[in-house]
Amino acid sequence: MITLSNVSKSFRTSKGTVHAIQDVSLEVKLGEIFGVIGYSGAGKSTLIRCVNLLEAPTSGSVVIQGKEVTNLPAEELMQVRRKIGMIFQGFNLLKTATVYDNIAIPLRLTDVDKNEIDGRVTKYLRIVGLEDKHDAYPSQLSGGQKQRVAIARALAQEPELLLSDEATSALDPETTESILELLLKINAELGITIMLITHEMNVIQKICDRVAVMENGRVIELGKTVDIYAQAKHPTTRRFVNSTYHKELPPSLLQELKETGPVVRLSFVGGSTSKPVLAQVSALFPVSPNILAGGIIQLKQEKIGTLVVHLNGDPEETKKAIAYLEDQGVKVEGVEVGDE
Amino acid sequence: MSEIQQFIEGRLPIIGESVVQTLQMVSVSLAISVLIGLPLGILLILTRPGNALENRIVYQVLNVFVNIVRSIPFIILLFFILPFTKLIVGTSIGIKGAIVPLIVHAAPSIARLMENALVEVDSGVIEAYRSMGIRTRHIIWHVMLREARPTIILGLTIAVINLVGATAMAGLVGAGGLGDLAYRFGHLRYEVDVMYVTVFILILMVQCLQSIGNKLAAKYKKD
Ligand SMILES: Nc1ncnc2c1ncn2[C@@H]1O[C@H](COP(=O)(O)OP(=O)(O)O)[C@@H](O)[C@H]1O
Ligand SMILES: [Mg+2]
Repeated sequence: MITLSNVSKSFRTSKGTVHAIQDVSLEVKLGEIFGVIGYSGAGKSTLIRCVNLLEAPTSGSVVIQGKEVTNLPAEELMQVRRKIGMIFQGFNLLKTATVYDNIAIPLRLTDVDKNEIDGRVTKYLRIVGLEDKHDAYPSQLSGGQKQRVAIARALAQEPELLLSDEATSALDPETTESILELLLKINAELGITIMLITHEMNVIQKICDRVAVMENGRVIELGKTVDIYAQAKHPTTRRFVNSTYHKELPPSLLQELKETGPVVRLSFVGGSTSKPVLAQVSALFPVSPNILAGGIIQLKQEKIGTLVVHLNGDPEETKKAIAYLEDQGVKVEGVEVGDE
Repeated sequence: MSEIQQFIEGRLPIIGESVVQTLQMVSVSLAISVLIGLPLGILLILTRPGNALENRIVYQVLNVFVNIVRSIPFIILLFFILPFTKLIVGTSIGIKGAIVPLIVHAAPSIARLMENALVEVDSGVIEAYRSMGIRTRHIIWHVMLREARPTIILGLTIAVINLVGATAMAGLVGAGGLGDLAYRFGHLRYEVDVMYVTVFILILMVQCLQSIGNKLAAKYKKD
């Protein structure tokens, strides 16, 4: 669907050149939800804006559905953009237009058949669940409702691809949840490929098939969401993954427990039951595992079970126990004071 | 009683005529100033750094031109551009002769107020429309001007009121109008009642314009 090859973008500013993205190559496959995560300033917005050429890459190529789109003449670029929907953190609706007009005006301006417009507006307002808000103005809507209007506006163009620049970042957790569900539905039922960027791991966790992690303008890790959860390599990626776990233990308790053995987080892909392995540990080694906390993280496709366990025993033996657990395919990670 | 009657019979026609002259000067010069100022304002926006037609030279030239004209007091402008006025309308006196300087006076201000109103339009919305593959001229009309409407209306209200004030000086080139009337009767002939009535009409006019402007702006403002 989208192939970025060695895309770089620099901005010349009065303070010198900013390399916003550097040599990024990635592919977004037809029908998937692809996430890009990174901290503020990592270059995510610049990257997604290079896809629809709101920002022209300094170098590299952007291919959308087999078509190279950098260096297209203005008229052709416009036609390409009409097949790519985009939603934003700030919704970007016309304040002076009703919900209905917010969706209808772009249709009128993109040469959609007049007789078709009313049907489209109604259809997509129903899909986003705002069929009773035709005549409301954006100022009368909540943030979540505004984003739904923006989504309906994007969908009404009947795009094959939807780009989302932090679409849930201005919303509270519950509203975020409902917008994410809407995006899942759009992806599943309308077959629209989605590329989204975010700084929130729970967005990746809930809806992304694959994810790229960005830092300082580069992609530092890329893979299936489940693999990133199970075996994140880069420290930044691990911080993002850890951010989805609850802060379970008071630091004072952790400090105290560490005197009698390490505290570790065990992750099991697929939520496979953990008890046999832990029972084995206590049978095989003079170590008594003590479960402190546990939970299941629901990814888009799979589940990941996690347990925080205190391994009570002497250092030599707990080390062996950890090696054994890893042998059994369990991901083991030390829990430190001050971890997120 | 008879004094009032006498006043009405004697002076009302002149006052009425002056009102018409003022309205003529204000409306014609406003209409033409908007026709000049609006595109100029849009050009100022589009040639700004980072915008669709970014062009530093055009922007700076326009910018300086607008500033220079705006800094000349109308009374000076009126005489300063006499030859230009004569060139354009063939005369430098009467209503025709006043309208040219009124336009030269008002158009740059209107350009500036358009620029200020348009620059306040949320750049995110403009970007959203760009991302949908919508033409720049459609974005100007359907996004920028539309969203800026309340601010533009309020700005134009101030511009009209300034024009009413400027027309008062237009009497100096024999264009008549309320200001001229007040000056001739009140100052030169010491007929203060004419002056009071004129001032009262001017106040009424400005009040009406302001509340029409406020109402219209409120009508288009939806947030
Ligand atoms: N138009 C621009 N001009 C100059 N610098 C920019 C511009 N856009 C982005 N940058 C810089 O590029 C870097 C990446 O920005 P951005 O892509 O917005 O990051 P993110 O979306 O991940 O927060 C930042 O250092 C930012 O300051
Ligand atoms: Mg961003």
